[in-house]
Amino acid sequence: MSSAPGGGAGAADTAAPAPPRGNRPPVAAGSGRTNVRSFAALPWLGPALVLIAAVVFYPAVELVRASTSDYSITGLRKGSAGLENYVKVLAHPDLGTVLVNTVVWVVAVLALSLVLSLGLAQLLSKEFFGRRVVRWAVIIPWAASLVITARLFTLLLDYNYGIVNRFLLAVGIRDTPIDFLGDDRWTMPSMIAVGVFVTLPFTTYVLLAGLKAIPSDVYEAARVDGASPWQAYSRITLPLLRPSLLVASVLNIIYVFNSFPIVYTLNDRNPGFAHDTTITFMYKLAFKSADKSVGMSAAAGIANVLLILAVVLVYLRVSRWKETAD
Amino acid sequence: MSTSTVLDTGPSTVPGRTPRAAPSRGAGYRAIRPYVLALAGFVVAALFALPYLVMLLDALRPSGDVLATPPTLFPRTWQWNTFGTILSDERFLHWLKSSLIVAATSTVIVLVIAVPAAYFTARHQFRGRTIFLLIVLMTQMFSPTALVVGLYREFFELNLVNTYLSLILTNTAFNLAFAIWILQGFFSSIPREIEEAAQLDGCSRIATLWRVMLPLTLPGLVTTVTFTFIAAWNEYVVALTLIQDDARKPLTVGISSYVTGYQQSWDQLFAASLIAIVPVVILFAAIEKHLVGGLTAGAVK
Repeated sequence: MSSAPGGGAGAADTAAPAPPRGNRPPVAAGSGRTNVRSFAALPWLGPALVLIAAVVFYPAVELVRASTSDYSITGLRKGSAGLENYVKVLAHPDLGTVLVNTVVWVVAVLALSLVLSLGLAQLLSKEFFGRRVVRWAVIIPWAASLVITARLFTLLLDYNYGIVNRFLLAVGIRDTPIDFLGDDRWTMPSMIAVGVFVTLPFTTYVLLAGLKAIPSDVYEAARVDGASPWQAYSRITLPLLRPSLLVASVLNIIYVFNSFPIVYTLNDRNPGFAHDTTITFMYKLAFKSADKSVGMSAAAGIANVLLILAVVLVYLRVSRWKETAD
Repeated sequence: MSTSTVLDTGPSTVPGRTPRAAPSRGAGYRAIRPYVLALAGFVVAALFALPYLVMLLDALRPSGDVLATPPTLFPRTWQWNTFGTILSDERFLHWLKSSLIVAATSTVIVLVIAVPAAYFTARHQFRGRTIFLLIVLMTQMFSPTALVVGLYREFFELNLVNTYLSLILTNTAFNLAFAIWILQGFFSSIPREIEEAAQLDGCSRIATLWRVMLPLTLPGLVTTVTFTFIAAWNEYVVALTLIQDDARKPLTVGISSYVTGYQQSWDQLFAASLIAIVPVVILFAAIEKHLVGGLTAGAVK
């Protein structure tokens, strides 16, 4: 199935100068499109638009409305609150910690996942005995629900009952167990480790797809020219992998930023907001904290949505998404 | 498969074949290369699978043994009937049913809505096309988690809290974007001539889509189905917030009640978790080959 999306490799180069591989920009094949009037599109796009409007955009509007409303502790709307909820969120004593946590969490998980996935994808693209089984094993954390994996790691990393501490003691790396999920120095690193673990499969597969799209004759030429393997990698593989790296980064920024179960579950026993990211902060404001404030939570939610939009746009700008896409 | 293999020429230790001008270290490495790769592969597989093997071993022992110090890798006493207990637990069966209904229905609706939209945008130029694609891209950035308070307010007003419908609508809407992008890429990559030939033969537009285009985009469909199903199957935050009725909870939310402050049945939690994981891993493994092609065509813009 490897060449299927490419439409039988070179056979299709009659009309548009389409790139031969599967990763063509969907918009660039413009010549193959017929012009129609907008209303003709309605029956085809209508259902999708209605659903997106009703279940994505309407809740966003509700969120804005909730963020400017005053709610009773039971969730009944008491009236308008103006911008008071935003002020309260901005004045929240833990906001600084939460923002720093979020940056550390997203940057660390993204960077470590990309670096490790580059190596993993390289390995998995080679032929070797048992490769299929290895690829299946790599899929498991992707297929497993994040809550389940998070729950599993609360036990694996436990101070008393965790097999990880048992291993560290047995091997002699440590004399005393580490309180991975309770000790302030270890909580964030532990969450990042689990975050990377569950992010690796998807990232690796995107990069694997990218590696596959690189024609092998490029390497052939490089070898004839006497390039060392490292030169071939840094001058050919990495540049040609750019579109895949970009897709993996952008999607991972969105996923990791919005990731709830890991931070929420691994950090469950710690009171306060010392290890929360903006997403769990928002959730706890509405459902867990002393305030139980739907309005404040909604305000934080709006901030989250704007933040992720800004981050993705800046990232696309900096990495010049357009240039690679065209 | 083989096209991706890069500099290597397979096991090149065939006698009589001189590795040309290879540095001495390279020649030695080439001889052991298959073993090094296989060993590295084994280590990688172990690292990824090990936590879940521990999960299996913990499911096969009494919960008291899981919480005994010092912890041991293998059970001190084996308890073989955990899976049987779980599968005859009525609560678990309710959760399983909820997950199946929500994930399957969401997947079907996503396909029914995304295929026409993706096909039309791939084949036609019209005013608002760019805006439509932009809207789709934007929904990719909204997550149900970020909007959970808004979703709760909406379904609360519609009196849909505690219903499968609320979960189905949410999962469908938030997976549409990815589906439309992937499928759009696939439809665009199919030469127009194929479709025109079918239409000359008297196929209607719907018939062309159904009989010609869909079979050709099978890898894209498989990728879409798998991604949507898994996303819906694993969804947590919205279900946690919207469903309070125990019998209607999906697996992800329901199984948490095996280990709470009051009850600590780690064996049951893990057995239930494995029952939730295994079908998905099998599904994924079955389409593993499509996965590589599918991700390039749609996701890599």
